[in-house]
Amino acid sequence: MKQMPFEAAHAREWDEFEAFLDKKKSFDPAEMPARFRRISQSLALAAERHYSADLVDRLNRLALRGHHALYANQRRESQQILDFVLAGFPRLVREEWRLVLAAALLFFGPLLLLIAVLQAFPDFVHYLLSPQQIASFHEMYDPANRRLGMREADTSMAMFGFYIWNNVRIGFQTFAGGLAAGVGSAYFLGANGVIIGAVAGYLTQVGYTETFWSFVAGHSSLELLAIVLSGAAGFKLGMAVIAPGNRSRRAALVAAARPAVRIMYGAAIMFFGAAFVEAFWSPITEIPFTAKIAVGSAGWVLLLAYFLFAGRAHASR
Amino acid sequence: MLDTTRRVATPEGIELTLRLAGPVPRALAWSVDFLLRAALVLLVGMLASRLGKAGWGVILIVAFFVEWLLPAWFETAWGGQTPGKRLFRLVVLNDDGTPVRWPGALTRNLLRAADFLPFLYGVGLLSMLMNRDFKRLGDLAAGTVVVYQGEKAEAARAIPQAAPQPPPLSLSPEEQRAVLELAERSSTFTRERFEELAELPTPLVGRAVREAATNRILGIANYLAGRQ
Repeated sequence: MKQMPFEAAHAREWDEFEAFLDKKKSFDPAEMPARFRRISQSLALAAERHYSADLVDRLNRLALRGHHALYANQRRESQQILDFVLAGFPRLVREEWRLVLAAALLFFGPLLLLIAVLQAFPDFVHYLLSPQQIASFHEMYDPANRRLGMREADTSMAMFGFYIWNNVRIGFQTFAGGLAAGVGSAYFLGANGVIIGAVAGYLTQVGYTETFWSFVAGHSSLELLAIVLSGAAGFKLGMAVIAPGNRSRRAALVAAARPAVRIMYGAAIMFFGAAFVEAFWSPITEIPFTAKIAVGSAGWVLLLAYFLFAGRAHASR
Repeated sequence: MLDTTRRVATPEGIELTLRLAGPVPRALAWSVDFLLRAALVLLVGMLASRLGKAGWGVILIVAFFVEWLLPAWFETAWGGQTPGKRLFRLVVLNDDGTPVRWPGALTRNLLRAADFLPFLYGVGLLSMLMNRDFKRLGDLAAGTVVVYQGEKAEAARAIPQAAPQPPPLSLSPEEQRAVLELAERSSTFTRERFEELAELPTPLVGRAVREAATNRILGIANYLAGRQ
């Protein structure tokens, strides 16, 4: 068949298909898959028979748009989100427990070590924090404050915004740093561990125990574990770069990015929760110290139980 | 022929051709998006300033969503386009040519943090220059490509009229395209330059020079364009 008769024979069908893609109801949507296959066949024929480049281009364009229209599936995602929170996320974290453990050691290691060291050698803090930083922490946790963790003039809403902007960004950076063979994630984990450890150790040592710990207790579980999980997700990417196994690095990276980003969904939700608690619950001084510590500890227990046990029943399915 | 393309096989047994977008149009699209994002945050800032201190909270929350999630939202909701990409007719697609969805869009947008290093997408540019598909790191991890949007209805090719004549030998599709595009662009060259170029493909024009060569090329182009 020559090109002209070929075009003439199919022109109407192609025009209708194009009109359908432009959201005009030129045919019943149920015919779409069959019509798309015919367009595909026309494209294959036109290319095979070396018809003019213009025609092949047009058919390629039609096929490409048809391909998009056909494969853009719109699944309902609300159910998936619930499933993810109740089962998928903790299961994923358990699956990657080695990476989570590595990230936790890198983060909590320096944090706890510094708290201990600063009790014995208080002056060591000057290697880690600048005098301005120390002064501002003094201001934030002064026992005379009516609100903790913020300067007097700030409002809870402003702090909420700040925590979201700042903490989630730190989480995302920790994650993205994993692309550099995990080095970036390790750096952000370690650096944040050092800073938090230095502040906690210093404020404990100077006797702001009650104000500082009652402030951080509430949101600590969510926030610190979210950083650890961001790091673990970053390591997941990093491992794909370092040890892709029997795949190409690129294929390994694509495969690793899927679970890694799913971990980041969960981590981002945790960061939001932490920011909310940190802005609206943690600064309150009207609640007694013991109650705040109890709530904070309960948070840790619940969160750890969630990661250890949630979603196990589903796993057998 | 000269475009950087990527061929994708579909389940229907055909190959679709995607035209990949390079660093420059993507940087331009990014700049537009960046300005729009900044304008949006500024606008919210102006409104929120009436709330006093609490307004800062609102601004920072909005800034967070605008910076990290809005591009991903656009890419899922607008068929792979942010406003800047729409302006420059770029689309984000999955590697297999299907429209990008939440996981892919979010992955590539979260990993902008890595691509942005050390400043203004230095790593991203390096990565784009180091693979065939102009992928920055986020694209590599998400399995996405940025391509030119196929024009909906291409304007009829402006090929100067000439008596159609078949080429003396059978041309591959790429070769056909090169001839067609040369003829199409003939009006943008000086006459001398077009003659020079037309004399080059000796298998087609033989020893014809000047006017004869350009006529021959235009004739072949007319033939290939289906005006036989």
